[in-house]
Formats: sequence, structure tokens, C-alpha cells
Amino acid sequence: MITLTVNGRKQSFHGAPFKRLIDVLRENFALTGTKEGCGEGECGACTVLLDGEPVNSCLIPVCQAEGRAVETVESLGAPEKLSKLQAGFLACGGAQCGICTPGMLMTARAHLKSGVRVDETSVREALSGNLCRCTGYQDIVKSVITAAKKK
Amino acid sequence: MRGDAKSMTVLSPRSAAEAVKAYAQAPAALPLAGGTDLMVAWNLGQWNGRAVLDLSRVAEWRTIKASAQGVLIGSLVTHSQIQAHPVLQKRFPLLVAACATVGAAQIQNRGTIGGNIANASPAGDTFPALAVYEATVRVIGPAGQRVVPIADIFAGVKKTTLKPGELIEAIFLPFVKTPTRGVFRKVGTRAAQAISKTMFAGLIWIGKDKKVTEARLSFGSLAPTVRRLHAAESFLRGRQLDPISINAAAELMTSDVSPIDDIRSTREYRLIVSRNLLVAFLKGEVK
Amino acid sequence: MSVGKNEPRRDGPAKLTGRALYLDDVPIPGCWHGVTVRSSVPHGKIKSIRYDPGFAWDECVVVTAKDIPGKNVVALIESDQPLLADGIVRHREEAIVLIAHADRATAYEAAKRVTIEYEPLPPVFDMEKSDKTFKSFLIERGDLDAGFSAADVVVEGEYRTPSQEQAYIENNAIAAYEENGILIITGSLQCPYYVLKAMKQIFNRDESKIRVIQTVTGGGFGGKEEYPSMIAGHAALLALKAGRPVKIVYDRHEDMAATTKRHPAIVRHRTGLTKDGTLVAQDIEVVMDGGAYATLSAVVLSRGTLHAAGAYECQNVRVRSKVVMTHTPPNGAFRGFGAPQTLFAVELHWEKIADQLKIDSLTLRRRNIFKLGSTTATGQRLLESVGAEECLQRTVKKSQYVSKRKAYDRWNKNPRNPTWKGIGLSVCHHGAGFTGSGEVYLASRAGIALTRSGELIVLAASTEIGQGTNTMFAQVAADALGAPVSWFSVETPDTHKVPDSGPTVASRTCMVVGGLVSRATQELKRAFEAEYGRVPQTPADLKKAAAALCAGAPARRFEVSYEKPPEVAWDDATYRGDAYGVYSYAAIVVDLEIDKLTYEVRVRKVTTAQDIGKAINPLLAKGQIIGGSTQGLGWALLEEPIFKDGVMVNSQLTNYVIPTSLDTPPFDVILVEKPYSRGPFGAKGVGELPMDIPGPAVAAAIKHATGRLIATLPQTPERIASSLT
Repeated sequence: MITLTVNGRKQSFHGAPFKRLIDVLRENFALTGTKEGCGEGECGACTVLLDGEPVNSCLIPVCQAEGRAVETVESLGAPEKLSKLQAGFLACGGAQCGICTPGMLMTARAHLKSGVRVDETSVREALSGNLCRCTGYQDIVKSVITAAKKK
Repeated sequence: MRGDAKSMTVLSPRSAAEAVKAYAQAPAALPLAGGTDLMVAWNLGQWNGRAVLDLSRVAEWRTIKASAQGVLIGSLVTHSQIQAHPVLQKRFPLLVAACATVGAAQIQNRGTIGGNIANASPAGDTFPALAVYEATVRVIGPAGQRVVPIADIFAGVKKTTLKPGELIEAIFLPFVKTPTRGVFRKVGTRAAQAISKTMFAGLIWIGKDKKVTEARLSFGSLAPTVRRLHAAESFLRGRQLDPISINAAAELMTSDVSPIDDIRSTREYRLIVSRNLLVAFLKGEVK
Repeated sequence: MSVGKNEPRRDGPAKLTGRALYLDDVPIPGCWHGVTVRSSVPHGKIKSIRYDPGFAWDECVVVTAKDIPGKNVVALIESDQPLLADGIVRHREEAIVLIAHADRATAYEAAKRVTIEYEPLPPVFDMEKSDKTFKSFLIERGDLDAGFSAADVVVEGEYRTPSQEQAYIENNAIAAYEENGILIITGSLQCPYYVLKAMKQIFNRDESKIRVIQTVTGGGFGGKEEYPSMIAGHAALLALKAGRPVKIVYDRHEDMAATTKRHPAIVRHRTGLTKDGTLVAQDIEVVMDGGAYATLSAVVLSRGTLHAAGAYECQNVRVRSKVVMTHTPPNGAFRGFGAPQTLFAVELHWEKIADQLKIDSLTLRRRNIFKLGSTTATGQRLLESVGAEECLQRTVKKSQYVSKRKAYDRWNKNPRNPTWKGIGLSVCHHGAGFTGSGEVYLASRAGIALTRSGELIVLAASTEIGQGTNTMFAQVAADALGAPVSWFSVETPDTHKVPDSGPTVASRTCMVVGGLVSRATQELKRAFEAEYGRVPQTPADLKKAAAALCAGAPARRFEVSYEKPPEVAWDDATYRGDAYGVYSYAAIVVDLEIDKLTYEVRVRKVTTAQDIGKAINPLLAKGQIIGGSTQGLGWALLEEPIFKDGVMVNSQLTNYVIPTSLDTPPFDVILVEKPYSRGPFGAKGVGELPMDIPGPAVAAAIKHATGRLIATLPQTPERIASSLT
């Protein structure tokens, strides 16, 4: 059995210890907000926070998450009560097809919490491991900066 | 996703001693550090049915220790941790710069320096910096510990000189006196999250007489393994950096590197750009 | 009024909270996983298929061509592509055997236990050596010989563009199952009625026994236009044989290696001009690589052909084009649909002409560009909504193109500077909607439903794939009725619920289908006025009005069909007439810098003005423009599927590189709104236009920076380095 904290709740996983974190989240904990885009750590769609740091959940066997804290997109606001970051994305056009969005939000969240100055350069740098094919990034960058200003 | 989790056996040693013992008992096991290379292959279905030696709980390999002689970086230290370490930032800026070019944040937070070396990709981002800092690799195995110079750890594409049962414990970086110039430059397939086409690391010390006292020059992605430019380095020693000597040093580059055409770039481009970087570094024109 | 406002994206909250269900997120009880065994040779006869006796095949379901109840074909324009190869394979990665298993990893393991023996046949990979032409076109205007004899100069050029992978971040994914005798297909797709049409032939069923439902779709860009029909057929074969739901979710490698891409193209220009830069003759030859089956190649070529002469008037034009067969996976739809290939050539050719005539390309473009009243190569007179000049003017001004060109010339003369700087320009038109008589054949329908309880539901088969369809439809309907946008919802594209509005392609969703939604809503408005005395003003009023109009029925539907505007005339036989009802226009300026040591290109700024008639939702419209331009920059600088022996060898996102946030510049977008009388609120198309011309603008900027014209995409550091040595 493997125990880990997911979105603030203690969870146990009884299954193959080499199962990927993304599959455990999606299949065992019904948290399908985390998406798989490439399975090779390149697109960042599967980004979750592991002890607060953005990581690709497609590259982590769940045994390596034992005793650690995982945060997924489901830990942010609900549709009727979006978080500031999510509201920034809605207002600025930061999501189009939406498949990169959960990973993008989690990386952005880590950046906003990092204490680094939030500006165009730092946001582009921080999000460079999250591929988006729809937006051309400008409105995503604007979304994050808008959310940071609202704090 | 073609990996089959239920076909895998996971060994989870809690200490270095346990890791060596477990590996000796399961010599076919795949050592797993941050997983940023192994899991990619596993997702493609390449490692089904294998045992995995998960090293993530070997706490003694996760630390960075500075001493009077240098810095000892545990093999499981991540690229992010290297970038954040004040002594490494100050004394080994080329390595810090190299770690900042490994993938993006998600990969830097997981990928480890020991895993990077053990994976032995010709494009390993940290290798040129480790080469010019003349790092040594501390290895532990059934026969005990040994120290391997970085230049001797790589045997070819994805091949190391590690013996059966051996694991990387740590990488030692001896302090160097402050160089006159030091540069790391990666030329990748795009601006971020890229694999390198060529990578250069250079350190140079120039005396009061304007003569080179020592030059350490290294390229990655130009040969099956990281290369030092031994011919150019020894040619430059004792000479002034004038256009003739710089040109002559650049001409010597091809005695130590032999790039190829592949899906990321061409031999021609790699040679032109690498030469440009080397010449600009020697002229002091690249930062 | 809602039109013209940045109404928040309808699908936003669900997507931003991870609650939007893409196919692989949908819980389907008892669902098995399907995998595909594919050809490992580019051309050959299948001699035998062997199944490893050591594997537990009784746990799987296995399907081959002989299990197909109806026709073994993926119905499209021509029915030449089999659903499963039978006896012969014509490209690498062609599907031969399908396997389903309860466990995904075991299904992949089973696929490894199938051995297929081939008798190899010689493959053709070079499009110029192919002897099979899928389709060819000829456009002629005026007298070409007379044009060339009137020319003071004749400029020739050859331009090549590579394939391009759509690289939507959600890979293809379809599930199939049977429920009460109805075959249900659900998944990531652009065109539910295309899938329906294909299923009818494969399964010999009528449309009452097949139901296609779109799930939330993580990007398409053309890549989910026709290929989902193939996957749907595969999933359905497995599901029917297994007697349980089966889903097929491609991984990235499979999606890249096996599915359709942009057609590679070679375009040759021979152009006659007078000394002052007036075009007098354009002779253009286009060859495109269709891959192994015809799929959509004929229409891709058609659009490419119709855009080949550019947004310029010339009295004497000939365009000869063909798309040929090679033994590579079939190429298909990708944003722009043939136009980016031919526009790259005609636009970059201006730089060559400029050198020869010693007149800058901006002046040359101004002299020849489409104006109100201009006539196109097919003889179409442009009588309204022609924003080409305004786009050019405003882009040039906003980007400071002229002064920067001079400043960069000075910068580039100084050898001590670490970079070369360049600024480049391009202009284009893009026909909105289906080519020629395509919209007439489609005869699309859309509508609006009013339920007894007062819900207003837009009914269309157009899919939301990220571009903002649902939000745009609600805005159009709201203003057509004169009611708040919050009253309207949009039905999920489901062939048992919505009429056939045609495919979600060709920049037609807003202009054509949005127009139908607007007309249907106007019918509803007239019904309110006639039967209720007025358009309801409050929610309570709406409820009353709904009860009155529905008269006891659960709902009332108002549906309309496409009607060809009477002024549009097109002849398919001669390729003369109004190729499109109207064109959108764009101009773009790319400002970039090249590192002298590494030849790496850094795009500093993109300025673009785009005439889309009317931006129903400016935020979403600009999102299309920036996103589409970024795909164009990717094609211009980074992206190239590399084929070896007929298969893509860089079929991973690691080695097929698309732009990251750090590769992408800031964009300055200017919306130009020259209204089109037949579009809803004046709207034309926006989807594909932005993809068309970043390529030639990048190449022109690189030419400005280095002095070397590179006539091939992508303009990699490798190509720049070779051009300079």
C-alpha cells in the first residue's frame, strides 16, 4: 500500500507500485483533470505539484510519491467559484481547447507562489515546459500577470 | 502508454548499503533516480517485465556538501537544487547555467545529476561543464568504492564504464581558481525545453603576460561522448590569444570531435557553430 | 448587443477546473482498450498474419478486414482508402489488425505478438517521380503569351514547403459501443456527420442506427477532420465483435506516425512584370504530395490552386496543379488547407522580383494588390468587403516597417554587432467557406430549439474544438433575437440531436453556420412576434412565450438550410467564376534577429492586421489570430516531420519541436472589419487566415537580415548557415 496526500486529503493506493502517478490520479482517484499529452515529459499537460514543485506526473511511478503531497487542478476553484488564477484565464483568453490548461494552471500556480517577480519574462520562462498549440501563449501570459495583480 | 506497471518489480532500498546489496542480488534491475529518461522509454513499452531499483529513498545521496577542497554533489541531487545552491552558483556557474537548460522546470525538479551521467546521452546537458571543472564521479559497488574522472565514465552512446552492480554515489567538483573567462552555451532545437545540437563549456586562465596559463575547452553533442579539446588546449598553453593562435586552435577542434548528421541537426552546422563559439570565446566576445 | 463584446468563453469554467470530459476522461463501464497493428513496410503484399501461440488470445478480440460487415472503405471524396489493409499495404503504419483487451498494457503486448509477413513492392517517396495523379486543376485567365511579351522582366522561382504535424495536445481518441441496437461513436472529432457517413458504409446501417457524439476536443486544426472516421470504424468493429464498449486512444508516437499531416508542396513561378512593377503574367505550377490515398487531397489542392496567384490582380494567369500519390501515410487537412503552401511561394517570390526590378516589395504589392472591383484569376469580381489594402497599410504603419527596414540596414552593415536584424512582410486573401460549389453540395442546416420551459438551444453540428464556436453561436443568436446572451445554450454535436451543418473546417463555422443560426433565430423572432405579439423581454416573459409557441409540445425547432447567394456563380468544369462567396484578408510583419554565432532566429515582434468582416467576439478572434500565427511561425522556423523509408522518424514531441512560450514573440493584432453583407453581422472567416503567411514573412525578414533568400521551410539555423557559406 502506498499513501500520499492528494489535494490535502490522505489517500491510499493498493496496486502496482510502478503505476504512474498520472494513472493513479485519473483511474484510482477519479481526478481526470490531469491530462496526458505525450507520455515523455515534453508537453507538460500532466503537470501536478509534488510538494509544491511542478513535475510531470507521466514520468513518476507512484512509489516515488509515497508520503508526499500532490496538488492537481481539482484543488483550485470550482466552476461557480473560480480562483483568481482561473478567473484570469477566463477573462484574458488563456484557455482555448483546454487540454493544456490544467497543467498550465499548476505550473502558473507554482510560479505565483515562488516569490519570483511576475512579469512577461519570468512567466514565459516559468511556462516554457507547458506546450500549448492553440493560443500562441500571449493570452496565457496575460492571464497569469492579471491574476498576480489581483492579489 | 505502453508500459505495464503490473509486470514490474520495484526494489526500494533505504540506504546506500541496501542499494548496493539489492543491486547485487538483482543485477538486471534498472536503477531509477528522477525517472526523466527511464520513464520515457518505459512509457513506450521498452522495459516491461523488469525489476526497478528505486534509489529515491537513499537519503545520503541527496545532499550537497561544500568543503575546503570543493563541493560533493550527491547523485540524487536535482538540477533545480544545483541551481539554487549558493556555493555552486558562485564557484561553478557553468554547471548552474547548464542545469538551467535541462528541459524545463518540471524536468529540472525531477532529473538528477547522477541519473544524467548514468544515462550517458551524447547530449547530456551537464557534461561539458563537468568536463571543464574536471569533476570526479564517486562510484560504489560490490567491490567497494572507487573514483572515476568524468572523462573516463562515458564509454559511448548511452554507455558508461560502470561495472556490474555499481551505482553512482556522488560527483565531486574540485575548486578552481577564478578563471579569466568562463562560458557555457547550449545551442538547442528551440529556445526552451530543447535537446542540444552542440554545447560548449570553456574556462580560460590568462597570465599577466597575456599568455594563456591554462585553457579547458569542452563540447557536448559533437561525438558519442563529451569531449575536451586536448589538442587545442595544449596548443594554446603559453601563447597569446591573437587571431593566428585562435584560428590555429579552432583548426585543431576536429582532432577531438566528430559530429554527425541526425534528426536534430547536421554535421556541417555543428562544426560551423561550434567553431564560431570557440573562436568567440577565445576572443572574449561571448558571454 | 452581445456581438462585438468579449463574452466569456462558454466552455471556460469546465476546462479551467479540470471538469471538462475529454474522451479518455469519460467513465465508460466495462470499456476495453483497442490497439492497432500497423504495416512495417511502405508498399507490399501481405503474405501471412501469424499470432504467437504462446499468447492468451482467448482474452482478446481480434479484428481484420474480413470482419467488416459492409464496405472496407473510409468514405470521403473518393472511396479508395480501406479501413483495414486487405492483401496489400500502400504505406507504413497502415492499419492491418485490431486488438482489444480489458487491460491497455496487455492489448499493446498482444499487438507485439502478431507477425505479419510481406512481399515487398517498390515504393515511391518522391512526389516528382510519382506516376499516379489523384487530381489536377487548371486555371486560365487572359492570354499568357501576350502577357509575357508585354513584360519587361520575367522572374522565375521555385519554392518548397514541408509537411506539418497538427500537434493538437489531445491525441486522437474515440470510443464505440452498441446501445439498444444503436451504434454509438463518441470522441475527439471535428465533423460528426463525416464519421456518420463513413460508418453507414462500413456497417451497412442507416443513420437511425448510428449515433455520433462529440466529446470535449483538445484541438483539431484539421487533424481531426477525416481521420476520426478511421478510428471510429476501428473502435466500432472491435466493440461490435467484443459485445462491449471499446476505446482507442492513440499515444503521441502513434498519432504522429500514422495520422494525416499537411501536404508537402513544390510551387514554381514564372512571372512577367513591366518596369514599374505591374504584374502582366503569372504562370504557376503546383505539385502536392497526397500520400498513399486520395482522402481530402483534391480539395486541399483546389484551395491551394485558387490561392496560388495571391491577393493581386493580373490579367494573364495560368495555374496548373496536381496532387500525386506516394507511399507515405495520407496527407490531409491542416489549417489553411493548401493555401499556406501556395501563398508561401507567391509572397516570397515578391522578394525575388524586388531584387530584379530594384523596387521594394512593399511598393510592388501596393501596385498590384486586390482592391474593390478587382478581378481574380478565376474571373471573380470582388464587389464588397475587400480589406487587403487597409490590412497592408495599417500593418506597415503600426510595425514601423519602413523606418525599421532602414535602421536594420544600418545595423547589419556594422560587423561588430552580434546579430543581423530583419523585418519582412506578407499579404494574403483567404476564401471563407467551401470552395466553388462546395457549400451548395453540402446544403448545411442549423437551427434553434425553444423548449416548453423557455430554454433556447442552438442546434448545429459545428464542433467547439477550442476556437470558441459555442460562445460565438450564442452571441449571434442573442443579437438575432434581441435578447440577453445568457438565455442561449448550444447543443452538444450529436447526430441524433442536431442537423447536419457540414464539417467544422474551411473557416466556415462563423460565416456560413453562424449565418444559418442567425437566420433560424430570426424565424423564431418572427414566430414570437406573430404568435405572442412580441419578442419576450424578461425570463418570466420568455417562459410564457415558450408555452404559447410550443402549444403543448416539449419543444419547437426552427431550422433553416443554406441558400446560395444569387450573385455567386461558379463553374466546376472550367474552374471559372466566384471561387468563394467572399475572402478574408491579412497582412503581417515579422521582426526578427539572427545570432551571428549560432544562426538561431529570435522573432522579436509580430504585427498583423486581419480583415475578418466583423469580430463577433474580439478576444476569441484575436485568440485565433495569435494562435494561428504561432502555428505559422512554427512551420516557418522549427517544424519538420522527417521521413525515412516512408515513415516519420521524429514522431515524438521531443524531436518534432513546436514553439514554446519562449519561442513565441509578442503579437500586435489589428482587427479590420470590412463587413460582408451575407455574413452574420458582417462576419467572414478567421480560422485559417492567420496560418497562411507567417512563413513568407519570416523568410522575407531572414532575407533582409542576411541578404540570402531561402526558398524552403523551415528556415532552420542549419539552412541559414548553409546559405551563408
